Amino acid sequence: MRAKPPLKNPILRTRQPLTPPMPRSRAALGFTARAAEGLFALQRCENCGHVQYPPADSCRACLSEALLWTPMSGRGELLAHTTLRHSNDPFYRERLPWRLGLLRLEEGPVAVAHLHRDCPPPPAAVRVTAKLDKAGQGVLVALPEDELGDMSADPRHGEFSCGPEHRKVLVTDGKSQVGQALVRELAAAGAAVIWAGLAEPWKRYAGQDAIGKLPQVTVIPLDLTDERGIKRIGAELGGRVDILINNAEVHRTQGIAGSGGAEQARREMEVNYLGLLRLAQAFGPAMRARGADGGASATAWINVLSVYALSNYPPQGTYSASKAAALSLSQCLRAEMQDAGIRVVNVFPGPIDEEWNQPLPPPKLAPERLARDIVEALRDGIEDLFPGEVAKEWLERWKDNPKVLERELALESRAA
Amino acid sequence: MSGLLRELLAAIAAGKIKVIDLTHTLTPSFPQLGLPPEMGQALPYRSEEISRYDSRGPAWYWNNFTLCEHTGTHFDAPIHWVSGRELPNNSVDTVPPEQMIAPACVVDCTEDAERDADFLLTRERLEQWEAEHDRIPAGAWVLMRTGWARRADDPVAFQNYDEIGQHTPGPDVGCVRFLVDERDVLGFGTETIGTDSGQAQRLNPPYPCHYYMHGAGKYGLQCLNNLDQLPPVGAILFTAPLKLEEGSGSPLRVLALSPARRHSVP
Ligand SMILES: [Zn+2]
Repeated sequence: MRAKPPLKNPILRTRQPLTPPMPRSRAALGFTARAAEGLFALQRCENCGHVQYPPADSCRACLSEALLWTPMSGRGELLAHTTLRHSNDPFYRERLPWRLGLLRLEEGPVAVAHLHRDCPPPPAAVRVTAKLDKAGQGVLVALPEDELGDMSADPRHGEFSCGPEHRKVLVTDGKSQVGQALVRELAAAGAAVIWAGLAEPWKRYAGQDAIGKLPQVTVIPLDLTDERGIKRIGAELGGRVDILINNAEVHRTQGIAGSGGAEQARREMEVNYLGLLRLAQAFGPAMRARGADGGASATAWINVLSVYALSNYPPQGTYSASKAAALSLSQCLRAEMQDAGIRVVNVFPGPIDEEWNQPLPPPKLAPERLARDIVEALRDGIEDLFPGEVAKEWLERWKDNPKVLERELALESRAA
Repeated sequence: MSGLLRELLAAIAAGKIKVIDLTHTLTPSFPQLGLPPEMGQALPYRSEEISRYDSRGPAWYWNNFTLCEHTGTHFDAPIHWVSGRELPNNSVDTVPPEQMIAPACVVDCTEDAERDADFLLTRERLEQWEAEHDRIPAGAWVLMRTGWARRADDPVAFQNYDEIGQHTPGPDVGCVRFLVDERDVLGFGTETIGTDSGQAQRLNPPYPCHYYMHGAGKYGLQCLNNLDQLPPVGAILFTAPLKLEEGSGSPLRVLALSPARRHSVP
């Protein structure tokens, strides 16, 4: 568990966020893209079987360009270690001493990795993982083999994680089933303060009173269609929120033919897309300024999107379009938050087991499972979360061929 | 200027006739009508800045606002209801302007609504009111005063929902039939979110005030404010809706002219 950060001296200057060096080759970004999903994969040569690190455009053994990204076992042996006590890079200078190790992966390659505090001296077996660093770039991190643990026990390695422990979290909709599950999960995970947004307070939802009674929770009026209201809340809380979870959404189940006008679709766009824009304008600048605010800095922004953001699901066609718009905007937000070291996490659930998906057959994602996966994603520091089997299957089909997926979904929705 | 109008202005200037604003301020938190979420929804009031003496407009401040025809203090035209859809001049743009100035009868149901949020105003109650004051004249507004406007700062209390829906006062079927068939009123006004009661979907017909009033070409006023400042008889209402083509209703500023109370507190 991440240790409780010391209280900050309020008369000292807040440090400006710094990030580790960023430029990476296209091949290296392939490694980052997989680390963003929590996968550790390296290139294996289809010609000679050589596994290589760092990634490159061709095989270092035989020059073949037929390289296949292949999941690694994560088992490795620490060969040598050192502790960095001097660095010319401003990011590392602030974080010295920094432990590095040379290790050999089970699959062959020898690589330099960030070394967890608790890794024994060499020779020793280690667990090797692919993580995103503060700049959002994929790096290797070695952990002690025998500990199930939790990287965040090493404060240096908190740089690779955004866990909610001792942090102040805003959940933009605390009323929905997903919102209530998120609030409960964050409270159980040790969040210090949770603000739960409440739109249209006169509409009552089962369970919302219980959420408000949790000691960490403050219910606040928040309606993503209300620019003035968001500005006011942003001014009040923007400088305090460490993690913002935007789960507010309007979800209607209609395509084009069934919708009769743009009114419902407009409300989806108002909340799902423009709501994100309004939030980002109200909270983004203050959070960026607090990217390095001691141990309790602003650290993550989560958008609960939908797997339908990847490809339109015609029975929920206008909803899909609003989530696709939100995904695009979230990419912009990620680019703008990157310099501050604030991780923007996109969550792509398949159908959630909530009222608007009532006619859909299982499997549906339980709100509690989604909440657990989101908290886990924060701890793991990943950037793209596909919770549940349906979402993972869609992702595979989409990666395989987006056009084929489009045709499949059209056929599936005719059958439905 | 005619003598009459000059006298009127003089009376207003002298405070003998009060101008009373019966309108709530439009704010983003003012609640809108609640319907099952799968149905089309009335937009609440929203305002987004165009510029505020800044790079978006260096010397000026202005906003775009959005809202429904039925948001905040608003006017209902006959075309709003299916029963009034075939009538002539049934939309806000065709309301005869002479009807935008009319007398008001105010029926005080404040104590009843405090006792029972589902209070229904009856014909008997109106006849009792007439016995005390005067016969309700043809072409007059009948305003149901309930004190509900005092709840406007608290959307939860104003809407007053529980598991079976909304609990707000309104007229019963007999009351509406009496006003339409036997008194030929101009329309019916309330302090609540609708001219019908919160549980009116369970009356027969559902929403009788909408059904019969609009079916007979009468109007509605909702979310009225400051009715406690009006006398039971003697006030005149100014109710000019926006001239929206084929509009079913319109937010509006409702003003009343009311004789100053003779023995009011100095
Ligand atoms: Zn090779």
